[in-house]
Amino acid sequence: MMAEIRMREALRDAMAEEMRRDGNVFVMGEDVAVFQGAFKVTEGLMEEFGEKRVRDTPISENTIVGIGVGAAMAGLRPIVELMTVNFSLLALDQIVNHAAAIPYMFNGNARVPMVIRMPGGGGHQLGPTHSHSFEALYLQVPGLLVACPSTPADAKGLLKAAIRDENPVIFIEHESLYGIKGEVSDDEDEIVRFGEAAVRREGEDVTIVGILKMAHVAEQAAAELEEKHGISAEVIDPRTLRPLDLDTILASVRKTNRAVIVEEGWPHGGVGANLSTLITEQAFDWLDAPVQRVTGADVPMPYSRRMEQAAIPHEENVIEAVLAATEGAIGPGKGGS
Amino acid sequence: MAQVPDRDTCLELLGRMCLIRRFEEEAGRQYQRAKAGGFLHLAIGEEATIVGTTSVMREDDYLIGTYRTHGHALARGTPADAIMAELFGRETGTSGGRGGSMHIFDAERRFMGGYGIVGGNLPLAAGLAFASKYRDEDTVTVCMFGDGASNTGNFGETMNLAALWELPVVFLVENNLYGMGTSIERHSAVTNLSHKAEGYGIEGERIDGMDVLEVRDRVSAHLEEVRTKGRPSLVEAFTYRYRGHSAADPEIYRDKSEVEEWRQKDPIENFIKVCVEDGVLSEEDVQSARDEADETVEAAVEFADRSPEPPLESLYEQLYVVGETMGWYAVDERSPEPHRGELGEDAPEKARDLAETVADRESEIERQHRPGVRE
Ligand SMILES: Cc1ncc(C[n+]2csc(CCOP(=O)(O)OP(=O)(O)O)c2C)c(N)n1
Ligand SMILES: [Mg+2]
Repeated sequence: MMAEIRMREALRDAMAEEMRRDGNVFVMGEDVAVFQGAFKVTEGLMEEFGEKRVRDTPISENTIVGIGVGAAMAGLRPIVELMTVNFSLLALDQIVNHAAAIPYMFNGNARVPMVIRMPGGGGHQLGPTHSHSFEALYLQVPGLLVACPSTPADAKGLLKAAIRDENPVIFIEHESLYGIKGEVSDDEDEIVRFGEAAVRREGEDVTIVGILKMAHVAEQAAAELEEKHGISAEVIDPRTLRPLDLDTILASVRKTNRAVIVEEGWPHGGVGANLSTLITEQAFDWLDAPVQRVTGADVPMPYSRRMEQAAIPHEENVIEAVLAATEGAIGPGKGGS
Repeated sequence: MAQVPDRDTCLELLGRMCLIRRFEEEAGRQYQRAKAGGFLHLAIGEEATIVGTTSVMREDDYLIGTYRTHGHALARGTPADAIMAELFGRETGTSGGRGGSMHIFDAERRFMGGYGIVGGNLPLAAGLAFASKYRDEDTVTVCMFGDGASNTGNFGETMNLAALWELPVVFLVENNLYGMGTSIERHSAVTNLSHKAEGYGIEGERIDGMDVLEVRDRVSAHLEEVRTKGRPSLVEAFTYRYRGHSAADPEIYRDKSEVEEWRQKDPIENFIKVCVEDGVLSEEDVQSARDEADETVEAAVEFADRSPEPPLESLYEQLYVVGETMGWYAVDERSPEPHRGELGEDAPEKARDLAETVADRESEIERQHRPGVRE
């Protein structure tokens, strides 16, 4: 059965279902129990599962993650919620030096099956300490899996997969997407496997890759490109950045011969920088134009509404990038390439 | 002074301490011969703190330590062979050559690892203890760390959380008076580290870490207390390392006379004296303990020496577990090979080439910078 629910509910349902299925799954984080989550994602969990399995923690990010790592090594399946991705920087040591390294450095004799959820992204005037996007940071670390869902259905399916998975998973959520609605299956066995991109819209002229909120921005831009410019864009949401379903992206680029990558994070060493290199390395002969990147501005996120909006990519920016990539080669009255 | 235990216990304590001492001396020698690489931190002088503690732990209790933990693994029963092989970076090492001296691990004996990040093991200890409590098991986790680590944020965070959640952890500071070359007076505002427990509302006690019988006595009381009351405690074992912080330490921060002074309190020699005076052990017992340690360590070096290097094909193994939820991972994104289905076991050409290039470069570096013998 499908039902239309919000992203935050989909995430909550994923946790609740997995907690019912497996007694080793528990949730901890700052204000996840009594307060029910800073973004209300853990609503109702304490009521159903009690304080033993839904635990408020002190403000001690590195230790919260470390307790999760230790508990996972001893066979539990922790879900750690960090209040925002910016705060996850205080836990980088446990995430990178411990969670990611332990399975490898102990030669597989220890495993760290845990999920670290963290919301990020701008758009809420929270300024330079609460609004960032660190997908690129985490995607760089071998040993971690990185999920970045953009729809309620993917949020649920990927979170269920993450909880069942044997590896440490960085699960990035976007604060602006918590309220969006979508059809979500209530089949408890349904998961979204890691490493499988979703083609959101099929097209012929250009491939647009977008993650998190930018997956939606990419889709909206594609609709407008079709309508106003006669450009048929294929839109891909990778859904997970590690592993990355490069096959699907490359197949699309080989068909459209153009690529535009959209993300909210910073340009230097970003998701787009990485993906653009991969496309150039592996599909160079198919490219008719340089790969375009649409990114957040290269500054700490400003507070002023005007400035913040200017620092975040919008449809116009995507359209502009697509037009630059197609250089007028496609569209009504301009003929084929 | 604690009571002298029975003969078997004394033999066991002496045997383990001698083994650690011999192992560490030999590790230092093998490092100078460039058989072991990286950093090498020896625990010579700290044997009583280690063995006193492990000798009163239950088999199902967890132990977790730092980068100075060859001895802790030995005390837990990990074969010297596997530890020496890890120092040599061999496939037969405790971590298959992926961890090295700072990252010894033996889950089977519940030695939950050595960790190279100062203070990094404290949250992990709380996590292990949390798992025990979650499952209603009465196992205790012993977390050992240095005086220097007591200044890290992890110390404050973890002590608070463990006390708040009533986690069964004995936090044991191996206070050897230095964090690398910085003496405790120069790195900690409070130098009686057991007092740091007060701020978290838990018990703290300073003990003589050079006296294996006192360590046994006191740690066993703490274990009992933590096991039954389910609250953490802090033990500060006063101890000393005779050797430098690591093998690359010229020791300009302390006087030779200070080292000499501590040698007078040698944990092994003093224990021998007590046992022989008491009559529980004879001179022959002592000699055979030393001989046995010699033999074990000699065999360990031989074992490590003839163990194979880890195969380069295994470079990408053990990075991820592949299964229902994630069916594959790309071993190197740069590989132009098809991506789906790439598993660690069959790394593509490109990945293998990369590994070999690195290996070639390393042996070149070795030839240039590593003469057979180090000073
Ligand atoms: C987070 C971190 N900072 C610095 C270091 C470098 N370092 C390694 S050991 C050490 C001293 C630690 O002293 P202590 O905790 O007293 O342990 P000991 O070596 O004396 O056993 C330092 C600074 C490190 N490994 N990790
Ligand atoms: Mg020290």
